[in-house]
Amino acid sequence: MSRMRRKLPGVDPKLLIKDAARLMPDPTRRLFLRGGASLGALAFLTGCDIIDGPSAEHALMKISYFNDRVQALLFNPNRLAPTYPDSAITRPFPFNAYYSEDEAPEVDKEDYALAVGGLVDAKRSWTLDELYALPQETQVTRHICVEGWSAIGKWSGVRLSEFLRRVGADTRAKYVWFRCAEGYSTSIDMATALHPQTQMTFRFDGEILPRKYGFPMKVRIPTKLGFKNPKHVMELAVINNWNPGYWEEQGYNWFSGN
Amino acid sequence: MTIEAAHDRALVPAAPAGAVIHPLWVRLTHWINALAVLVMIGSGWQIYNASPLFPFAFPPAITLGGWLAGALLWHFAAMWLLVVNGLVYLLLGLASGRFRRKLVPIRPGEVIADAKAALTGRLAHDDLSVYNAVQKLLYLGVILCGVVIVLSGLAIWKPVQLQELTAILGGYDAARYVHFFAMAAITGFLAVHVVMALLVPKSLRAMITGR
Repeated sequence: MSRMRRKLPGVDPKLLIKDAARLMPDPTRRLFLRGGASLGALAFLTGCDIIDGPSAEHALMKISYFNDRVQALLFNPNRLAPTYPDSAITRPFPFNAYYSEDEAPEVDKEDYALAVGGLVDAKRSWTLDELYALPQETQVTRHICVEGWSAIGKWSGVRLSEFLRRVGADTRAKYVWFRCAEGYSTSIDMATALHPQTQMTFRFDGEILPRKYGFPMKVRIPTKLGFKNPKHVMELAVINNWNPGYWEEQGYNWFSGN
Repeated sequence: MTIEAAHDRALVPAAPAGAVIHPLWVRLTHWINALAVLVMIGSGWQIYNASPLFPFAFPPAITLGGWLAGALLWHFAAMWLLVVNGLVYLLLGLASGRFRRKLVPIRPGEVIADAKAALTGRLAHDDLSVYNAVQKLLYLGVILCGVVIVLSGLAIWKPVQLQELTAILGGYDAARYVHFFAMAAITGFLAVHVVMALLVPKSLRAMITGR
């Protein structure tokens, strides 16, 4: 396993902030593709519909939605992500977000109340003490960033499937959607929500989840890329309507399964 | 044809004038592959830049997609073209016997002799229907690189669902290096390949018209 612990390329904290800044699309730019998108290539890639005359972006998004379906088929609900010994944990575990570390949301422990909505029987909010009292599990798994780097961390919390059972969620619904303290959001397919390693996480490496890693709660999903693992989660909802999320709306693939 | 280069084809009859050198399926899969590879490399360089493995980045001007999300969209679209077209090429190459006829055997002695002849500008290309030993080695090598780059790509894309494959390649992080070096090898091949096509224009014509 020591091989796994080699120096992580590009995870110098300063670099990460820079990376995050670079990841941000120009807010004044409507299209997220720049340059290079030749129509000839497009026609080849898509069998371009002449009547609709889709832009490269539109065509690429269609393929991305197709890739969502392919990945849902590839997803085996019983397949566990590899787990590692504590000695493989990446220390320090990299901070990564689209904001700098000192800009991470500050959530007050006393005021915190996880809102639970959508297709659930018990639409009530949960205090942190109530959440901490649920059965907790620990996993040491690999976090893989959409940028390519990876790091191994140790997360503890309650299975999302267990929580969904307790709130009487309609698990025939399509999605579980998360809203975070600073306005970030993401959504996942129900099959992934019910995966045994999908976790509502309250601790990192044995300590209460620090602010930089998403206090008071993140959702750890080792079968998905890092940006599908929301931090500072304030609300979750079981939904059937398409509400992809912050990065997904800017062009990142929605399923993003590992 | 020089004496040095002639030895391995003395027994092979030259193709009759006007004979088809590259059948249609070879030409079609060749040019579809060319497009797919250019999109994969261009978008791959942009993806690399988001988390470089080495202390360099690719100049954004020669990358595709504009930023990481755009590059990923291109990469995961062109992968279908690359893989489907590549499978058609491999199946037809094996089934038609073309690989067996054209790419093997590769004898080290001939590779060395032909490489020397090529580097001293004395390797002739009179008969395009027969590959010299260096060509055989490079064409077979780049096909193998194509297999490796697809497998390592799958290992990076699906390190949970295809975790056995990822493990064979040395784990997730190692698979990224395998993917990178396969790209580097293919890019190196491309550079030589394009230069040779320009130096021997009739080979470019043959890949377009077949003759």
